Amino acid sequence: MALTKEEVQHVAKLARLELSEDEVDKYTVQLNAILEYARKLEALDTTNVPPTAHAFPLQNVMREDKVTASMAQEKVVSNAPDEEDGFFKVPRIV
Amino acid sequence: MKLYSKRAHELHELLVSKQVSAVELVNDVAARLEDVEPKVLAFVSQRIEDAKAEAARVDDKIASGETIGPLEGIPMAIKDNMCTEGIPTTCSSKMLHNFVPPYSATVVRKLNEAGAIMLGKVNMDEFAMGSSCENSWQEGTRNPWRLERVPGGSSGGSAASVAAGQAIFSLGSDTGGSIRQPAAFCGVVGLKPTYGSVSRYGLIAFASSLDQIGPFSRDVRDCAQVMNVIAGHDPLDSTSAPIDRPDYTSFLNKSIKGWRIGVPKEYFGEGIDAEVEEVLRKAMKTLESLGAELVECSLPHTEYALPCYYIIAPAEASSNLARYDGVRYGFRTEDAEDLISMFSKTRSEGFGEEVKRRIMLGTYALSSGYYDAYYLKALKVRTLIKQDFDRAFEKFDVLLSPTTPTVAFTCGDRLENPLQMYQSDICTLSVNLAGIPAISINAGFADGLPIGLQFMGKPFEEGRLLQISHAFEEATGCHSQMAPLKGGCEG
Repeated sequence: MALTKEEVQHVAKLARLELSEDEVDKYTVQLNAILEYARKLEALDTTNVPPTAHAFPLQNVMREDKVTASMAQEKVVSNAPDEEDGFFKVPRIV
Repeated sequence: MKLYSKRAHELHELLVSKQVSAVELVNDVAARLEDVEPKVLAFVSQRIEDAKAEAARVDDKIASGETIGPLEGIPMAIKDNMCTEGIPTTCSSKMLHNFVPPYSATVVRKLNEAGAIMLGKVNMDEFAMGSSCENSWQEGTRNPWRLERVPGGSSGGSAASVAAGQAIFSLGSDTGGSIRQPAAFCGVVGLKPTYGSVSRYGLIAFASSLDQIGPFSRDVRDCAQVMNVIAGHDPLDSTSAPIDRPDYTSFLNKSIKGWRIGVPKEYFGEGIDAEVEEVLRKAMKTLESLGAELVECSLPHTEYALPCYYIIAPAEASSNLARYDGVRYGFRTEDAEDLISMFSKTRSEGFGEEVKRRIMLGTYALSSGYYDAYYLKALKVRTLIKQDFDRAFEKFDVLLSPTTPTVAFTCGDRLENPLQMYQSDICTLSVNLAGIPAISINAGFADGLPIGLQFMGKPFEEGRLLQISHAFEEATGCHSQMAPLKGGCEG
Protein backbone atom coordinates (compact mmCIF):
# COMPACT_ATOMS: atom_id res chain seq x y z
CA MET A 1 0.00 0.00 0.00
CA ALA A 2 2.48 2.58 -1.22
CA LEU A 3 1.50 6.19 -0.75
CA THR A 4 0.82 8.05 -4.04
CA LYS A 5 1.46 11.72 -4.74
CA GLU A 6 -2.31 12.32 -4.75
CA GLU A 7 -2.59 10.78 -1.30
CA VAL A 8 0.26 12.95 -0.04
CA GLN A 9 -1.62 15.99 -1.33
CA HIS A 10 -4.81 14.76 0.35
CA VAL A 11 -3.00 14.25 3.69
CA ALA A 12 -1.48 17.74 3.36
CA LYS A 13 -4.99 19.15 2.95
CA LEU A 14 -6.17 17.29 6.06
CA ALA A 15 -3.18 18.69 7.98
CA ARG A 16 -3.80 22.23 6.63
CA LEU A 17 -0.43 22.33 4.92
CA GLU A 18 0.24 23.79 1.50
CA LEU A 19 3.08 21.86 -0.13
CA SER A 20 5.11 22.85 -3.17
CA GLU A 21 5.54 20.35 -6.03
CA ASP A 22 9.08 19.67 -4.80
CA GLU A 23 7.87 19.03 -1.27
CA VAL A 24 5.19 16.63 -2.52
CA ASP A 25 7.81 14.68 -4.48
CA LYS A 26 10.23 14.59 -1.57
CA TYR A 27 7.66 13.66 1.07
CA THR A 28 6.17 10.94 -1.16
CA VAL A 29 9.55 9.20 -1.28
CA GLN A 30 10.45 9.79 2.37
CA LEU A 31 7.05 8.92 3.86
CA ASN A 32 6.96 5.70 1.86
CA ALA A 33 10.38 4.74 3.22
CA ILE A 34 9.27 5.44 6.80
CA LEU A 35 5.93 3.65 6.39
CA GLU A 36 7.60 0.66 4.81
CA TYR A 37 9.85 0.50 7.84
CA ALA A 38 6.82 0.86 10.13
CA ARG A 39 5.19 -2.12 8.48
CA LYS A 40 7.74 -4.20 10.36
CA LEU A 41 5.12 -4.09 13.14
CA GLU A 42 2.84 -6.31 11.02
CA ALA A 43 5.13 -9.24 11.78
CA LEU A 44 3.92 -9.24 15.39
CA ASP A 45 0.73 -11.04 16.38
CA THR A 46 -1.17 -8.59 18.58
CA THR A 47 -4.60 -10.27 18.47
CA ASN A 48 -5.12 -10.37 22.23
CA VAL A 49 -2.87 -7.47 23.19
CA PRO A 50 -4.61 -4.40 24.64
CA PRO A 51 -3.38 -1.00 23.36
CA THR A 52 -1.35 1.29 25.64
CA ALA A 53 -2.10 4.98 25.17
CA HIS A 54 -0.37 6.10 28.37
CA ALA A 55 2.33 4.27 30.32
CA PHE A 56 0.79 5.05 33.71
CA PRO A 57 -2.84 5.97 33.12
CA LEU A 58 -4.42 8.05 35.85
CA GLN A 59 -8.19 8.02 35.77
CA ASN A 60 -10.72 10.66 36.69
CA VAL A 61 -8.30 13.35 37.76
CA MET A 62 -10.66 15.91 39.25
CA ARG A 63 -10.42 19.16 41.13
CA GLU A 64 -12.95 20.82 43.34
CA ASP A 65 -15.59 22.68 41.32
CA LYS A 66 -14.58 26.07 42.61
CA VAL A 67 -14.24 29.34 40.75
CA THR A 68 -10.68 30.65 40.88
CA ALA A 69 -8.88 33.55 39.24
CA SER A 70 -7.95 33.02 35.58
CA MET A 71 -5.62 34.86 33.26
CA ALA A 72 -6.58 38.45 32.44
CA GLN A 73 -8.06 38.92 28.96
CA GLU A 74 -5.38 41.39 27.89
CA LYS A 75 -2.71 38.80 28.73
CA VAL A 76 -4.58 36.11 26.80
CA VAL A 77 -4.64 38.18 23.62
CA SER A 78 -1.20 39.74 24.13
CA ASN A 79 0.40 37.37 21.58
CA ALA A 80 -2.36 37.58 18.99
CA PRO A 81 -1.20 38.43 15.44
CA ASP A 82 -4.34 40.55 15.12
CA GLU A 83 -6.63 41.65 17.93
CA GLU A 84 -9.41 44.14 18.58
CA ASP A 85 -11.11 45.01 21.88
CA GLY A 86 -9.84 41.82 23.53
CA PHE A 87 -10.97 39.56 20.67
CA PHE A 88 -8.88 37.56 18.19
CA LYS A 89 -9.28 38.93 14.68
CA VAL A 90 -9.20 36.68 11.59
CA PRO A 91 -9.94 37.18 7.87
CA ARG A 92 -13.58 37.44 6.92
CA ILE A 93 -15.38 34.08 7.20
CA VAL A 94 -18.78 34.74 5.61
CA MET B 1 39.26 31.28 39.15
CA LYS B 2 37.38 29.31 36.50
CA LEU B 3 34.08 29.21 38.30
CA TYR B 4 32.26 28.11 35.15
CA SER B 5 33.99 24.73 35.23
CA LYS B 6 32.71 23.91 38.72
CA ARG B 7 29.60 22.05 39.77
CA ALA B 8 26.60 23.54 41.56
CA HIS B 9 27.35 21.84 44.88
CA GLU B 10 30.96 23.13 44.82
CA LEU B 11 29.79 26.64 43.95
CA HIS B 12 27.21 26.52 46.73
CA GLU B 13 30.04 25.89 49.24
CA LEU B 14 31.98 28.87 47.83
CA LEU B 15 28.90 31.11 48.09
CA VAL B 16 28.06 30.04 51.64
CA SER B 17 31.65 30.48 52.84
CA LYS B 18 31.71 33.89 51.12
CA GLN B 19 34.77 33.01 49.05
CA VAL B 20 32.81 33.99 45.98
CA SER B 21 29.79 36.26 45.55
CA ALA B 22 26.79 35.39 43.42
CA VAL B 23 27.54 38.43 41.23
CA GLU B 24 31.13 37.22 40.67
CA LEU B 25 29.76 33.81 39.79
CA VAL B 26 27.23 35.12 37.26
CA ASN B 27 29.88 37.44 35.78
CA ASP B 28 32.31 34.55 35.37
CA VAL B 29 29.82 32.19 33.71
CA ALA B 30 28.39 35.02 31.56
CA ALA B 31 31.91 35.91 30.38
CA ARG B 32 32.54 32.30 29.46
CA LEU B 33 29.15 32.14 27.72
CA GLU B 34 29.98 35.16 25.60
CA ASP B 35 33.52 33.96 24.93
CA VAL B 36 32.62 30.55 23.49
CA GLU B 37 29.14 31.24 22.09
CA PRO B 38 30.42 32.08 18.57
CA LYS B 39 31.78 28.53 18.42
CA VAL B 40 29.06 26.60 20.27
CA LEU B 41 25.90 28.51 19.23
CA ALA B 42 23.93 27.07 22.14
CA PHE B 43 21.73 30.06 22.99
CA VAL B 44 18.55 31.33 21.36
CA SER B 45 18.24 34.29 23.74
CA GLN B 46 20.19 35.69 26.69
CA ARG B 47 19.28 37.77 29.75
CA ILE B 48 22.64 38.56 31.32
CA GLU B 49 21.73 41.96 32.83
CA ASP B 50 18.63 40.56 34.56
CA ALA B 51 20.71 37.62 35.78
CA LYS B 52 23.23 40.02 37.35
CA ALA B 53 20.43 41.87 39.15
CA GLU B 54 19.10 38.57 40.49
CA ALA B 55 22.60 37.61 41.65
CA ALA B 56 22.89 40.90 43.56
CA ARG B 57 19.72 40.01 45.45
CA VAL B 58 21.22 36.61 46.37
CA ASP B 59 24.30 38.43 47.69
CA ASP B 60 22.09 40.71 49.79
CA LYS B 61 20.49 37.61 51.27
CA ILE B 62 23.87 36.06 52.09
CA ALA B 63 25.13 39.35 53.57
CA SER B 64 22.11 39.61 55.85
CA GLY B 65 22.87 36.16 57.24
CA GLU B 66 20.00 34.29 55.60
CA THR B 67 20.59 30.68 54.57
CA ILE B 68 20.50 29.99 50.85
CA GLY B 69 19.30 26.86 49.07
CA PRO B 70 21.57 24.49 47.10
CA LEU B 71 20.71 26.06 43.72
CA GLU B 72 20.43 29.65 44.88
CA GLY B 73 22.60 31.92 42.75
CA ILE B 74 23.59 29.08 40.39
CA PRO B 75 23.54 30.05 36.66
CA MET B 76 21.37 27.80 34.48
CA ALA B 77 19.99 27.50 30.96
CA ILE B 78 16.47 26.44 29.95
CA LYS B 79 15.48 24.69 26.72
CA ASP B 80 13.45 27.04 24.56
CA ASN B 81 10.31 24.89 24.67
CA MET B 82 9.56 25.71 28.31
CA CYS B 83 7.46 28.79 28.89
CA THR B 84 9.15 31.70 30.66
CA GLU B 85 6.85 34.58 31.54
CA GLY B 86 7.84 37.75 29.68
CA ILE B 87 10.81 36.04 28.00
CA PRO B 88 10.48 34.79 24.39
CA THR B 89 9.94 31.04 24.01
CA THR B 90 10.40 30.04 20.39
CA CYS B 91 10.73 26.23 20.26
CA SER B 92 13.47 27.16 17.75
CA SER B 93 10.69 27.66 15.22
CA LYS B 94 9.64 30.51 12.96
CA MET B 95 6.11 29.60 14.09
CA LEU B 96 6.82 30.92 17.60
CA HIS B 97 9.63 33.38 16.86
CA ASN B 98 7.62 36.24 18.43
CA PHE B 99 5.88 34.30 21.22
CA VAL B 100 6.25 35.80 24.71
CA PRO B 101 4.50 33.51 27.20
CA PRO B 102 2.10 35.15 29.65
CA TYR B 103 2.99 32.51 32.26
CA SER B 104 5.91 30.29 33.31
CA ALA B 105 6.19 26.51 33.21
CA THR B 106 5.97 24.88 36.65
CA VAL B 107 9.64 23.76 36.44
CA VAL B 108 10.74 27.32 35.64
CA ARG B 109 8.66 28.74 38.50
CA LYS B 110 10.11 26.16 40.92
CA LEU B 111 13.71 26.89 39.86
CA ASN B 112 13.07 30.64 40.16
CA GLU B 113 11.69 30.12 43.65
CA ALA B 114 14.77 28.03 44.50
CA GLY B 115 16.90 31.02 43.46
CA ALA B 116 18.58 29.52 40.40
CA ILE B 117 19.50 32.21 37.88
CA MET B 118 18.58 31.78 34.21
CA LEU B 119 21.21 33.13 31.80
CA GLY B 120 19.14 32.37 28.73
CA LYS B 121 17.08 30.01 26.63
CA VAL B 122 18.88 27.31 24.66
CA ASN B 123 18.65 25.89 21.17
CA MET B 124 16.86 22.74 20.10
CA ASP B 125 15.51 20.94 17.10
CA GLU B 126 12.32 22.71 16.07
CA PHE B 127 9.45 21.61 18.35
CA ALA B 128 11.89 19.00 19.78
CA MET B 129 11.77 16.97 16.57
CA GLY B 130 15.24 15.82 15.71
CA SER B 131 18.39 14.15 16.97
CA SER B 132 21.09 16.65 16.02
CA CYS B 133 19.90 20.17 16.88
CA GLU B 134 20.22 20.97 13.16
CA ASN B 135 16.45 21.34 12.63
CA SER B 136 16.53 24.71 14.36
CA TRP B 137 15.14 27.89 12.83
CA GLN B 138 18.45 29.47 13.78
CA GLU B 139 21.86 27.94 13.18
CA GLY B 140 22.48 24.48 14.63
CA THR B 141 24.41 24.15 17.92
CA ARG B 142 27.86 22.49 17.78
CA ASN B 143 29.40 19.78 19.92
CA PRO B 144 31.87 21.38 22.39
CA TRP B 145 34.10 18.29 22.22
CA ARG B 146 34.60 18.70 18.49
CA LEU B 147 32.93 21.59 16.76
CA GLU B 148 32.29 19.92 13.41
CA ARG B 149 30.12 17.34 15.17
CA VAL B 150 26.49 17.67 16.26
CA PRO B 151 25.69 17.99 19.98
CA GLY B 152 22.76 15.59 19.59
CA GLY B 153 19.15 16.53 19.94
CA SER B 154 16.66 17.63 20.41
CA SER B 155 18.01 19.24 23.62
CA GLY B 156 21.34 20.04 21.93
CA GLY B 157 21.66 23.54 23.39
CA SER B 158 20.95 22.26 26.91
CA ALA B 159 23.70 19.64 26.65
CA ALA B 160 26.26 21.80 24.83
CA SER B 161 25.87 24.80 27.15
CA VAL B 162 26.61 22.64 30.21
CA ALA B 163 29.52 20.82 28.53
CA ALA B 164 31.05 24.14 27.41
CA GLY B 165 30.73 25.88 30.78
CA GLN B 166 28.09 28.36 29.57
CA ALA B 167 25.74 27.23 32.32
CA ILE B 168 26.23 25.09 35.42
CA PHE B 169 23.12 23.02 34.75
CA SER B 170 20.19 23.11 32.39
CA LEU B 171 16.79 21.64 31.68
CA GLY B 172 15.85 19.69 28.59
CA SER B 173 12.94 17.54 27.51
CA ASP B 174 12.97 13.93 26.36
CA THR B 175 10.34 12.38 24.08
CA GLY B 176 12.43 9.62 22.50
CA GLY B 177 15.91 10.30 23.85
CA SER B 178 16.15 14.08 23.56
CA ILE B 179 17.88 14.43 26.95
CA ARG B 180 19.94 11.23 27.06
CA GLN B 181 21.27 11.21 23.49
CA PRO B 182 22.71 14.78 23.61
CA ALA B 183 23.98 14.12 27.17
CA ALA B 184 25.90 11.13 25.79
CA PHE B 185 27.23 13.08 22.78
CA CYS B 186 28.37 15.97 25.00
CA GLY B 187 29.74 13.92 27.91
CA VAL B 188 27.39 15.23 30.61
CA VAL B 189 24.77 13.72 32.92
CA GLY B 190 21.21 13.69 31.56
CA LEU B 191 18.19 12.22 33.34
CA LYS B 192 14.80 11.43 31.83
CA PRO B 193 12.53 10.99 34.85
CA THR B 194 9.55 8.62 35.02
CA TYR B 195 6.56 9.85 33.01
CA GLY B 196 4.59 11.93 35.48
CA SER B 197 7.28 12.64 38.07
CA VAL B 198 8.07 16.14 36.75
CA SER B 199 5.25 18.51 35.78
CA ARG B 200 4.84 19.23 32.07
CA TYR B 201 2.73 22.34 32.68
CA GLY B 202 4.17 25.03 30.42
CA LEU B 203 6.23 22.60 28.33
CA ILE B 204 5.22 23.14 24.71
CA ALA B 205 3.76 19.78 23.75
CA PHE B 206 5.30 17.46 21.14
CA ALA B 207 3.98 13.95 21.99
CA SER B 208 2.05 14.18 25.22
CA SER B 209 2.20 10.53 26.27
CA LEU B 210 6.00 10.49 25.89
CA ASP B 211 7.31 14.00 26.76
CA GLN B 212 9.15 14.45 30.04
CA ILE B 213 11.35 17.26 31.43
CA GLY B 214 14.69 16.48 33.09
CA PRO B 215 18.06 17.95 34.11
CA PHE B 216 21.50 18.16 32.47
CA SER B 217 24.50 18.58 34.79
CA ARG B 218 28.22 17.93 35.05
CA ASP B 219 27.88 15.38 37.83
CA VAL B 220 25.32 13.13 39.45
CA ARG B 221 25.02 15.12 42.68
CA ASP B 222 23.93 18.20 40.74
CA CYS B 223 21.38 16.08 38.88
CA ALA B 224 19.94 14.96 42.24
CA GLN B 225 19.83 18.57 43.49
CA VAL B 226 17.92 19.75 40.43
CA MET B 227 15.48 16.83 40.72
CA ASN B 228 14.87 17.84 44.35
CA VAL B 229 13.55 21.14 43.04
CA ILE B 230 11.65 20.17 39.89
CA ALA B 231 10.05 16.79 40.75
CA GLY B 232 6.73 16.34 42.48
CA HIS B 233 3.01 16.47 41.87
CA ASP B 234 1.48 19.51 40.16
CA PRO B 235 -2.28 20.03 40.11
CA LEU B 236 -1.82 22.02 36.87
CA ASP B 237 -0.68 18.86 35.01
CA SER B 238 -3.33 16.16 35.20
CA THR B 239 -0.81 13.51 34.09
CA SER B 240 1.50 14.43 36.96
CA ALA B 241 1.82 11.49 39.38
CA PRO B 242 0.48 11.94 42.91
CA ILE B 243 3.64 10.72 44.64
CA ASP B 244 5.83 12.00 47.45
CA ARG B 245 9.15 13.29 46.19
CA PRO B 246 12.11 11.66 47.96
CA ASP B 247 15.32 13.54 48.80
CA TYR B 248 17.26 12.41 45.74
CA THR B 249 20.60 13.27 47.33
CA SER B 250 19.93 10.61 50.01
CA PHE B 251 20.73 7.97 47.37
CA LEU B 252 24.29 9.23 46.86
CA ASN B 253 27.41 7.70 48.47
CA LYS B 254 25.73 4.36 48.89
CA SER B 255 27.07 0.97 47.89
CA ILE B 256 25.63 -1.02 45.00
CA LYS B 257 27.03 -4.27 46.36
CA GLY B 258 24.77 -7.19 45.54
CA TRP B 259 22.75 -5.28 42.91
CA ARG B 260 21.61 -7.30 39.94
CA ILE B 261 22.11 -5.43 36.68
CA GLY B 262 20.40 -6.75 33.57
CA VAL B 263 22.28 -6.33 30.29
CA PRO B 264 19.75 -6.64 27.46
CA LYS B 265 21.48 -8.41 24.58
CA GLU B 266 19.42 -6.52 21.97
CA TYR B 267 21.36 -3.35 22.86
CA PHE B 268 24.70 -4.83 21.86
CA GLY B 269 26.16 -6.31 18.68
CA GLU B 270 24.81 -5.39 15.27
CA GLY B 271 24.16 -1.67 14.82
CA ILE B 272 26.33 -0.68 17.80
CA ASP B 273 29.81 0.64 17.00
CA ALA B 274 32.69 -1.46 18.28
CA GLU B 275 34.26 1.52 20.10
CA VAL B 276 31.01 2.12 21.98
CA GLU B 277 30.73 -1.52 22.95
CA GLU B 278 34.36 -1.59 24.11
CA VAL B 279 33.82 1.34 26.50
CA LEU B 280 30.60 -0.27 27.75
CA ARG B 281 32.34 -3.59 28.45
CA LYS B 282 34.95 -1.73 30.47
CA ALA B 283 32.21 0.06 32.43
CA MET B 284 30.59 -3.28 33.19
CA LYS B 285 33.87 -4.52 34.70
CA THR B 286 33.98 -1.41 36.90
CA LEU B 287 30.46 -2.11 38.13
CA GLU B 288 31.41 -5.71 38.88
CA SER B 289 34.38 -4.49 40.88
CA LEU B 290 31.90 -2.41 42.93
CA GLY B 291 30.07 -5.60 43.87
CA ALA B 292 27.25 -5.63 41.32
CA GLU B 293 26.30 -8.74 39.43
CA LEU B 294 25.81 -8.34 35.69
CA VAL B 295 23.57 -10.80 33.91
CA GLU B 296 22.62 -10.91 30.25
CA CYS B 297 18.88 -10.63 29.65
CA SER B 298 16.48 -10.05 26.80
CA LEU B 299 13.96 -7.35 25.88
CA PRO B 300 12.67 -9.25 22.84
CA HIS B 301 10.56 -6.46 21.31
CA THR B 302 13.39 -3.91 21.19
CA GLU B 303 13.64 -3.99 17.39
CA TYR B 304 10.01 -2.82 17.16
CA ALA B 305 10.53 0.28 19.31
CA LEU B 306 11.70 2.49 16.45
CA PRO B 307 8.80 1.79 14.05
CA CYS B 308 6.37 1.90 17.01
CA TYR B 309 7.70 5.28 18.15
CA TYR B 310 7.68 6.79 14.66
CA ILE B 311 3.96 6.10 14.39
CA ILE B 312 2.91 7.14 17.91
CA ALA B 313 5.05 10.29 18.29
CA PRO B 314 4.11 11.85 14.91
CA ALA B 315 0.45 10.94 15.48
CA GLU B 316 0.41 12.78 18.80
CA ALA B 317 2.45 15.63 17.28
CA SER B 318 0.06 16.10 14.36
CA SER B 319 -2.74 16.52 16.87
CA ASN B 320 -0.78 18.77 19.28
CA LEU B 321 0.54 21.03 16.53
CA ALA B 322 -2.91 21.62 15.06
CA ARG B 323 -3.11 24.60 17.43
CA TYR B 324 -0.63 26.62 15.33
CA ASP B 325 -3.07 28.30 13.01
CA GLY B 326 -2.05 31.95 13.17
CA VAL B 327 -5.07 32.99 15.25
CA ARG B 328 -4.05 33.25 18.91
CA TYR B 329 -0.26 33.48 19.01
CA GLY B 330 2.88 33.10 16.97
CA PHE B 331 3.47 33.63 13.27
CA ARG B 332 0.72 34.52 10.79
CA THR B 333 1.15 34.58 7.01
CA GLU B 334 0.96 37.93 5.29
CA ASP B 335 -0.92 36.85 2.21
CA ALA B 336 -4.07 35.12 3.39
CA GLU B 337 -7.04 35.28 1.01
CA ASP B 338 -9.53 33.73 3.40
CA LEU B 339 -9.58 31.84 6.69
CA ILE B 340 -8.60 28.42 5.30
CA SER B 341 -5.71 29.81 3.25
CA MET B 342 -4.57 31.73 6.34
CA PHE B 343 -4.36 28.44 8.23
CA SER B 344 -2.52 26.52 5.55
CA LYS B 345 -0.19 29.33 4.46
CA THR B 346 0.66 30.15 8.08
CA ARG B 347 1.49 26.50 8.78
CA SER B 348 3.44 25.97 5.54
CA GLU B 349 5.55 29.10 6.05
CA GLY B 350 5.89 28.75 9.83
CA PHE B 351 6.95 25.11 10.19
CA GLY B 352 10.29 23.68 9.05
CA GLU B 353 10.83 20.57 6.96
CA GLU B 354 11.07 17.91 9.68
CA VAL B 355 8.06 19.24 11.56
CA LYS B 356 5.97 19.15 8.39
CA ARG B 357 7.23 15.64 7.63
CA ARG B 358 6.08 14.41 11.04
CA ILE B 359 2.74 16.20 10.85
CA MET B 360 2.19 14.50 7.47
CA LEU B 361 3.20 11.11 8.85
CA GLY B 362 1.01 11.46 11.93
CA THR B 363 -1.98 12.78 10.01
CA TYR B 364 -1.73 9.81 7.65
CA ALA B 365 -1.39 7.28 10.50
CA LEU B 366 -4.51 8.70 12.17
CA SER B 367 -6.56 9.10 8.98
CA SER B 368 -9.65 7.11 8.18
CA GLY B 369 -8.78 3.66 6.80
CA TYR B 370 -5.22 3.62 8.20
CA TYR B 371 -5.83 4.21 11.91
CA ASP B 372 -6.10 0.49 12.79
CA ALA B 373 -3.21 -0.58 10.59
CA TYR B 374 -0.74 1.97 11.95
CA TYR B 375 -1.78 3.82 15.10
CA LEU B 376 -3.75 1.10 16.91
CA LYS B 377 -1.17 -1.48 15.90
CA ALA B 378 1.61 0.70 17.34
CA LEU B 379 -0.29 1.15 20.63
CA LYS B 380 -0.55 -2.63 20.94
CA VAL B 381 3.16 -3.08 20.25
CA ARG B 382 3.78 -0.42 22.88
CA THR B 383 2.11 -2.78 25.39
CA LEU B 384 4.50 -5.57 24.39
CA ILE B 385 7.52 -3.27 24.81
CA LYS B 386 6.30 -2.19 28.25
CA GLN B 387 5.73 -5.83 29.25
CA ASP B 388 9.34 -6.65 28.30
CA PHE B 389 10.48 -4.12 30.94
CA ASP B 390 7.95 -5.31 33.54
CA ARG B 391 9.33 -8.83 33.19
CA ALA B 392 12.98 -7.73 33.31
CA PHE B 393 12.42 -5.65 36.45
CA GLU B 394 11.09 -8.71 38.27
CA LYS B 395 14.68 -9.96 38.16
CA PHE B 396 16.89 -6.87 38.04
CA ASP B 397 17.44 -3.67 40.00
CA VAL B 398 18.41 -1.71 36.88
CA LEU B 399 19.19 -2.37 33.22
CA LEU B 400 22.34 -1.19 31.46
CA SER B 401 22.93 -0.28 27.82
CA PRO B 402 24.79 2.17 25.62
CA THR B 403 22.89 5.48 25.31
CA THR B 404 23.65 5.77 21.59
CA PRO B 405 24.91 3.32 18.97
CA THR B 406 27.69 5.70 17.85
CA VAL B 407 29.61 8.75 19.04
CA ALA B 408 28.41 12.18 17.86
CA PHE B 409 28.16 12.28 14.08
CA THR B 410 29.31 15.08 11.76
CA CYS B 411 27.10 18.10 11.02
CA GLY B 412 25.01 17.60 7.89
CA ASP B 413 25.67 13.86 7.65
CA ARG B 414 22.16 12.61 8.30
CA LEU B 415 19.99 15.53 7.24
CA GLU B 416 18.91 14.08 3.90
CA ASN B 417 17.98 10.67 5.29
CA PRO B 418 15.32 10.88 8.02
CA LEU B 419 15.39 7.14 8.77
CA GLN B 420 19.13 7.23 9.36
CA MET B 421 18.67 10.22 11.68
CA TYR B 422 15.96 8.33 13.60
CA GLN B 423 18.37 5.38 14.07
CA SER B 424 20.50 7.43 16.46
CA ASP B 425 17.71 7.02 19.04
CA ILE B 426 17.39 3.23 18.93
CA CYS B 427 18.77 2.77 22.46
CA THR B 428 16.57 5.44 24.06
CA LEU B 429 13.09 5.17 22.48
CA SER B 430 11.80 2.11 24.36
CA VAL B 431 12.18 3.91 27.68
CA ASN B 432 9.72 6.64 26.64
CA LEU B 433 7.23 4.09 25.29
CA ALA B 434 7.36 2.25 28.65
CA GLY B 435 7.31 5.50 30.66
CA ILE B 436 10.23 4.42 32.87
CA PRO B 437 13.15 6.59 34.07
CA ALA B 438 16.64 6.41 32.52
CA ILE B 439 19.89 8.29 32.94
CA SER B 440 22.90 8.78 30.67
CA ILE B 441 26.34 9.35 32.17
CA ASN B 442 29.74 9.55 30.56
CA ALA B 443 31.50 6.17 30.48
CA GLY B 444 34.62 7.08 28.53
CA PHE B 445 35.85 8.31 25.18
CA ALA B 446 36.70 7.13 21.69
CA ASP B 447 39.13 9.36 19.84
CA GLY B 448 38.30 12.27 22.15
CA LEU B 449 34.52 11.97 21.77
CA PRO B 450 32.33 11.05 24.76
CA ILE B 451 30.43 7.77 25.02
CA GLY B 452 27.30 7.49 27.14
CA LEU B 453 26.21 4.71 29.46
CA GLN B 454 22.47 4.37 30.08
CA PHE B 455 20.84 2.94 33.20
CA MET B 456 17.12 2.21 32.98
CA GLY B 457 15.05 1.80 36.13
CA LYS B 458 11.66 0.86 37.52
CA PRO B 459 8.94 3.53 37.51
CA PHE B 460 9.62 6.24 40.10
CA GLU B 461 13.01 4.77 41.05
CA GLU B 462 15.12 7.69 39.81
CA GLY B 463 16.86 7.51 43.20
CA ARG B 464 18.36 4.12 42.39
CA LEU B 465 19.54 5.37 38.99
CA LEU B 466 21.30 8.23 40.78
CA GLN B 467 22.76 5.80 43.33
CA ILE B 468 24.41 3.54 40.75
CA SER B 469 25.44 6.46 38.54
CA HIS B 470 27.09 8.17 41.49
CA ALA B 471 28.90 4.97 42.49
CA PHE B 472 30.19 4.61 38.92
CA GLU B 473 31.18 8.26 38.69
CA GLU B 474 33.10 8.09 41.97
CA ALA B 475 34.92 4.96 40.78
CA THR B 476 35.94 6.33 37.37
CA GLY B 477 36.19 10.12 37.60
CA CYS B 478 34.99 10.35 33.98
CA HIS B 479 32.90 13.38 34.84
CA SER B 480 35.79 15.63 35.80
CA GLN B 481 36.69 16.84 32.30
CA MET B 482 35.62 19.99 30.52
CA ALA B 483 34.96 19.95 26.77
CA PRO B 484 37.97 21.36 24.87
CA LEU B 485 36.09 23.28 22.10
CA LYS B 486 38.33 21.93 19.37
CA GLY B 487 37.86 21.85 15.63
CA GLY B 488 35.64 23.87 13.39
CA CYS B 489 32.44 23.42 11.50
CA GLU B 490 31.83 24.56 7.97
CA GLY B 491 28.52 25.91 6.81
